[in-house]
Amino acid sequence: MERIDIHPTHEINGRKLRCGQPFPFGAMLVPGGVNFAIYSSHASSCTLVLFNKKEPQPFAEIPFPEAFRIGNVFCMTVFDLDYENLEYGYRMDGPNNFQAGHWFDTSKILLDPYAKIVSGRDVWGVQPDWNDIYQHRGRISFDDFDWQDDRPLDIPLEDMIIYEMHARGFTKDESARIKDSHRGTFAGIRDKISYLQELGVNTIELMPIFEFDEFENSRRHPETGELLLNYWGYSTVNFFAPKAGYAATGKFGMQTDELKTLVKELHKVGIAVILDVVFNHTAEGNERGPTISFRGIDNKTYYMLTPEGYYFNFSGTGNTLNCNNPIVRGMVLDCLRYWTAEFHIDGFRFDLASILGRDPWGFPLANPPLLETLAFDPILARSKLIAEAWDAGGLYQVGSFPNYGRWAEWNGKYRDSVRKFIKGDLGLVGEMAQRIQGSPDLYQAAGRPPSTSINFITAHDGFTLADLVSYNGKHNEANGEHNNDGANDNYSWNCGIEGPTDNIYIQALRHKLMRNAMAILMVSQGVPMILMGDEFGRTQYGNNNTYCHDSPLNWLNWNLLEKEKDWFRFVQYCIAFRHAHPVFRNAEHFQNCDYLGTGYPDISWHGVQAWHADWSATSRVLAFMLCGQHAKGGKVKDNQIYVAMNMHHESLWFNLPEPPLGQAWYVFANTGAKPPEDIHWPGSEPRLDSQSGLLVGDRSLVILLAK
Amino acid sequence: MAFTIEAEVLGDLGKVTLIGELDGSTAPLFKEKIEEIAKAEIKRLVLLMAELEYMSSAGLRVLIFAKQKMGTSVNIYIVGAQEMVQDTIDQTGLHQSFYLVDAFDFTT
Repeated sequence: MERIDIHPTHEINGRKLRCGQPFPFGAMLVPGGVNFAIYSSHASSCTLVLFNKKEPQPFAEIPFPEAFRIGNVFCMTVFDLDYENLEYGYRMDGPNNFQAGHWFDTSKILLDPYAKIVSGRDVWGVQPDWNDIYQHRGRISFDDFDWQDDRPLDIPLEDMIIYEMHARGFTKDESARIKDSHRGTFAGIRDKISYLQELGVNTIELMPIFEFDEFENSRRHPETGELLLNYWGYSTVNFFAPKAGYAATGKFGMQTDELKTLVKELHKVGIAVILDVVFNHTAEGNERGPTISFRGIDNKTYYMLTPEGYYFNFSGTGNTLNCNNPIVRGMVLDCLRYWTAEFHIDGFRFDLASILGRDPWGFPLANPPLLETLAFDPILARSKLIAEAWDAGGLYQVGSFPNYGRWAEWNGKYRDSVRKFIKGDLGLVGEMAQRIQGSPDLYQAAGRPPSTSINFITAHDGFTLADLVSYNGKHNEANGEHNNDGANDNYSWNCGIEGPTDNIYIQALRHKLMRNAMAILMVSQGVPMILMGDEFGRTQYGNNNTYCHDSPLNWLNWNLLEKEKDWFRFVQYCIAFRHAHPVFRNAEHFQNCDYLGTGYPDISWHGVQAWHADWSATSRVLAFMLCGQHAKGGKVKDNQIYVAMNMHHESLWFNLPEPPLGQAWYVFANTGAKPPEDIHWPGSEPRLDSQSGLLVGDRSLVILLAK
Repeated sequence: MAFTIEAEVLGDLGKVTLIGELDGSTAPLFKEKIEEIAKAEIKRLVLLMAELEYMSSAGLRVLIFAKQKMGTSVNIYIVGAQEMVQDTIDQTGLHQSFYLVDAFDFTT
């Protein structure tokens, strides 16, 4: 018996139709046609607008009959469409009253918030036709990718080592030495998977890859004439569509296949994928911004508005998505479920996540429904949820982000403490003890584990690691904002000369500080995150806010890998050491006692004298020892590890605690030694000459293990 | 450019020659031929693509369809694909499901 719901019941202008399914929202292939469903609570009517691919004018406009509106959802199945070549949008009619928050305008063609492919910016950087009446066009995708047995990897958060990267910048530079057509694309990242394996990271975090417009606010630099683009992409056009311009196949509309292929190939070698998602605002900007989608569909639902009808600006970018409105909350949930189920994404990092905890008037909620919903969602149950726990409206929630036992945080306090400590600031040892332990001062009282703390010293926002030790201040003139943009609190030190220098002493000191930073990061409890290129000394020439440069300033220069091979080796070995030693990756906080009766506390504190840490305000010295038998709460056995950090400007003799009976100390790393003696491959560490103590050089760090 | 397709079954081998542009409007012809060939009990399917100028996502989807229709016991060879077609297959990850070769020896 043939189904009756695959037959049209209505005909308008020769188009065959029937009332559609109100769920799911979006455009979905159904037998014989396409089902269109879109929500608007304030629209009085809606028209479906259909284009053939890249055609300037629509070939059909079909008003939704009154009978095809169920609740506030317009739904219609249209039969006999060439869905491969179809681009679709909507016109919405309704009140146009600024103060009331309504922006309906039937002259605008609107992008479906649930479109799965968006065309219009198919190839990165190609100037669009600004006269096009419909700039960002919805298209229909197919969910028929051959995943075989792949699924998200489910790596425990505390075992992750995250590598933050820009999808284009990673391989755009010629020095990437890959096929030209792959440079700057998902296919290009795939070509570099073996490099990621060599480095040893097991997670990549992609800066925004949802469809955005690189030409948003594009402008010429007043002095240099350089075209400045929205390179970072923290401004979403559509939350369900991968950026076409990041795919070598974007010009054929096959970006979903290319991205899925990348995820599948990464998963095959044990590398997870986290997406940086930007739900705090959209590309429609403030009152003067373009009407792309949400504003024309249901402005009052999607955005936080002042009583006068203006946009609240907690994001610092013009508007604020109304995330705790139930409709918007539903969209965010649908979006994350889609990326998890359809793209096998392993987790999400939420840009300016504190906004997601504000009510429609901007007040922070004690129990934000969106954050709670995401924490308890069955499909997201194993996804990593990481908050950037602050926003541009002044809400700073590091340590207090509403978490429901699920949310981790970018730990900005870790970044600042380590930066200050390695440049020799006083009064940091107490704070450093907390940071090294996974910041229990911030998380333990609330029952949150060490892996709550995403530890990082550098990220896309701010200096690169090489610049952190080469510049005292930011140098953002290239951004064309008179050096007023970007953070001022960098806690950086140029080691004597601002910027590049031929002085070999300064170069050596800079490398030593970089080694100290990386070593501290890799021996800290929590989840380390490193920034793309830091492993071979990428510089942005002191620019700490390179959001607008599609140029070698942002593209990874792979030639540095050869030049900085000693430094790369150091990073690579540190990563391998962390993987080799579970004692750095505890799922529970230290108890600072010997709860297993091994003769050693799980963590103990030392100074130049064993068992005596100098906690005074003038101290720049701290050492600690991890008891291997307490690794992962005693569930696994590991080596005893001792780390001595001397951030003083003179060498100091450290007396060592005794290693376990019958064992001796071996040297894994000594940042004061010249390569190749600075570090040894895990398992082939040389025995320490004198077992009772050692001289730790000025501004140096030593890592020993007992065996 | 127009699209033409020829298909024949030679013993346990299916041979399909694709010429021209394979897109949304011509992909159904390709799919039809695949369905026809699938009725025969073949062990190998050979797709001759040297004269195929272009393949859209619709064409790729017929390749996926062919793979799923034929099952894992049938090896599918894509022969002589031009660079653009090969790139598309490669960038979307389909290269793993097929044997991409320059030439095919029908005597073996």
